[in-house]
Amino acid sequence: MAEMKYSKDHEWLRLEGGVATVGITDHAQTALGDVVFVELPETGRVVEAGEAVAVVESVKAASDVYAPIAGKVVAVNEALVDNPGTINTEPTGEGWFFKIELAGDLPADLMDEAAYLAFVDTL
Amino acid sequence: MTETEALLETPLASLHRELGGRMVPFAGYSMPVQYPAGILTEHLHTRAEAGLFDVSHMGQAELVGEGAAAALEALTPADVQGLKPGRQRYGLLLNAEGGIVDDFMVANSAGRLFLVVNASRKHVDLPLIAAALPAGVSLRPLPDRALLALQGPAAVAGLATLVPEVAALSFMGVWEGVWQGLPLIISRSGYTGEDGVEISVPAEAAEGFAKRLLALPGVQPAGLGARDSLRLEAGLCLYGNDIDETTSPVEAALVWSMGKRRRMAWDFPGAERIRGELDNGTKRLRVGIRPEGRQPARAHTPVHGPDGALAGEITSGGFGPSVNGPVAMGYVARDLAADGTALTLMVRGKPLAARVAPTPFHPHRYAR
Repeated sequence: MAEMKYSKDHEWLRLEGGVATVGITDHAQTALGDVVFVELPETGRVVEAGEAVAVVESVKAASDVYAPIAGKVVAVNEALVDNPGTINTEPTGEGWFFKIELAGDLPADLMDEAAYLAFVDTL
Repeated sequence: MTETEALLETPLASLHRELGGRMVPFAGYSMPVQYPAGILTEHLHTRAEAGLFDVSHMGQAELVGEGAAAALEALTPADVQGLKPGRQRYGLLLNAEGGIVDDFMVANSAGRLFLVVNASRKHVDLPLIAAALPAGVSLRPLPDRALLALQGPAAVAGLATLVPEVAALSFMGVWEGVWQGLPLIISRSGYTGEDGVEISVPAEAAEGFAKRLLALPGVQPAGLGARDSLRLEAGLCLYGNDIDETTSPVEAALVWSMGKRRRMAWDFPGAERIRGELDNGTKRLRVGIRPEGRQPARAHTPVHGPDGALAGEITSGGFGPSVNGPVAMGYVARDLAADGTALTLMVRGKPLAARVAPTPFHPHRYAR
């Protein structure tokens, strides 16, 4: 399985063959609470790293989801629209948000799992 | 308040930690927004069985002395003098312009008035009331009492196994007495739209009493998050969101809380404005709003009318777990206040279709 990378905005990404699958971390879904709505980007949209591309709303709050890398959105997880609770139950599996075809290099500030967990501990 | 100021704790603070409550600042207190079960589950469980809420941050006080009811009426259009012993009523404190200073509960019990006011407003309300009292009437804050809300269809049956007298109360009935050495004040009321009770208990006994309640069949702890989604589905106002010093009882659709006698005597603060609004209508009205689809529209979302003009604002909004969809309330121009009127909400800069809808969004199930 490909290595997971993490952003400071609490997204995870898994890069396989130049395409990154992106979702929010377990820490992020716990902090949000029960997810009730998700808005996904259009397939084909070209995004910058750090650009707000999706919205996730829990009972209590709304939050942006950012593209952790630059590239083109090549797939979105439409199943989340009817079952947003999957983001809580399987945040790093079936709860993925979208796939981005990487343009250029990975941003240098992406963390590996140990670094991300250490980052979360500082919050 | 600033972040450097220490948050106050309720007498149940250690119980919240023991139960895994996620603590957040609210009205100067550290309060549980949810427990490990989560807001959705806590909300649905309260509607299905019973939720136990710590509402000890709210202000409790008693008004003692001959003429206490008449004295309180100088600040509110509620009929306090007509409140029978063993009964409670909802009321509004008004300023001289008819704006809402706070909403409160008043009970006529044990020969005095027992008041419950909002946590965020007690520092305003209590001095306001104290300053309005004639000789012989005194206001006694009760900071050494906790307040627990046990809400849901299993609440009263469960509590009645401990305190049998509660079974005989009807909605807004009050029982006061000593139970196992504890002086309790129990009202059959709440903030969820469900049957249930609010229980005032001495602070030092609150944790033990709360544990007795949590041991009753079907009772689970519920936090402020579920309290908010439950009251929103029930169409109940949150002070600071849906009502404040700029909103009148007529604009807020709370005219029902004004006593009939009071509306003939017009002897309360702001009576002139309120009488004018009742005769001529207001510019805006509080209404229920149902967004289409599943996306919630939250407080401060701009509301536009069918012609595209700005027509008002959402004051409370979120996802209603029992409705299984987004629900909101807010103020709209009077000509757009009829049920079914099409509105457009600007959510994060994008138009979202919505309609004016009757409240409650989920039927009340009070023990009338």
